[in-house]
Amino acid sequence: MFSDRWKPLARGVAAGQRSPQFPSARNVQAPGKGLDDRGACARNSNALEQFFAYIQNDTGVRLLDLSGASQANIGFITNLGYKLYSDDLLQTMEMAFGNSNGDFYENQMLPEKVEEFLAQALDFPEGHFDGALLWDALEFMAPPLLKAVVDRLFTIVKPRSYLLAIFHADEKAESIPAYYYRIADAKTLLLAGRGSRKPAQFFNNRAVEKLFQPFESVKFFLSRDALREVIVKR
Amino acid sequence: MWNKRREEEYSPKPSTPPPAPVESSREVPPPVASAPVRPQAPEPPRGVAAIGKSVIIKGQILSREDLYLDGEMEGTVEVPEHRLTIGPHAKLQAGIRAREVLVLGAVNGNVEASEKIDIRKDARLIGDIKTGGIIIEDGAYFKGSIDIVRGSDGKQPAVSAKPAPAPAGAAPAEQKR
Repeated sequence: MFSDRWKPLARGVAAGQRSPQFPSARNVQAPGKGLDDRGACARNSNALEQFFAYIQNDTGVRLLDLSGASQANIGFITNLGYKLYSDDLLQTMEMAFGNSNGDFYENQMLPEKVEEFLAQALDFPEGHFDGALLWDALEFMAPPLLKAVVDRLFTIVKPRSYLLAIFHADEKAESIPAYYYRIADAKTLLLAGRGSRKPAQFFNNRAVEKLFQPFESVKFFLSRDALREVIVKR
Repeated sequence: MWNKRREEEYSPKPSTPPPAPVESSREVPPPVASAPVRPQAPEPPRGVAAIGKSVIIKGQILSREDLYLDGEMEGTVEVPEHRLTIGPHAKLQAGIRAREVLVLGAVNGNVEASEKIDIRKDARLIGDIKTGGIIIEDGAYFKGSIDIVRGSDGKQPAVSAKPAPAPAGAAPAEQKR
């Protein structure tokens, strides 16, 4: 039953609006071995390991996790003693830009909708977070929204804090899978498909560097799969 | 396990007359040892104060017994020493304080659950959580901060099926939007 349910998700095919049941870490194969029997994909993540190595703060770290609340991420982050704010940015985008007339990306061009979205999703005080887990959300943002979101991120994270973002490396793909990102351990991510979507634009290394131009540095982590991991230092 | 304990507490004491039958009690079998640990859509157990799905309340609820709330509520709900179950039809625009909170419906407001909060699949919670432990099922929607408070007995908060040791001097998780 489970395997049937997860197969389409693993292929990145939309499987309705419902979030999938996510398997626990112990039910997933070791990283690099592809899909488990329920279709969840475990992968090594050097960027994740580096991100948490960088995030060190004696006064209590505040992290922003934009992949949606999950037991795995909440458990991992709070067990480190860190503070957590959780939101599903892609779902919030769908609610903000996908439920009215017009295309999902066309709606992202409208300044009033962008402002409304920022107020809804990223309304935090200046320098509020020590790090942000952005995952792949930026790939589904049209340029006006993308710039506004990156500018807002620049404001709400502290200087010398870090962002973790993921971009698909296949520049010819017309649609790319979106995932729920779950932290299995410090260097292992579990990816559960949540349908596929046309990307707003393709990000090569130069585009990513340009995107995070206001930030201090961008570090790329190349992998053998089609995901490019990036750590950005504010 | 904890459900079983709770259900036992709900059972009427022999010395007291049985509670007046409520609408749902005719449909719900009495709690037995083999009852599922985590029912998908629990009905209010016998002897538990229940607010039905057609009830709308504006104001403050203070309960000194377990409470099942399945209606609409705007205000504050306090069940400080007991368990609050927010039913699947509930729509709460309320601040909540309870020992345990089980969420199956929609809540917009901050929640303080001294022992634990359990957010089930299809539940929707927007607000900040302060709790000793959290269980969140996939399929639940949550937006807000999570503040895990360590108990006075020093117990590790129940937040993960795969707990990692917390670093020495780790602070509880908290942040406010």
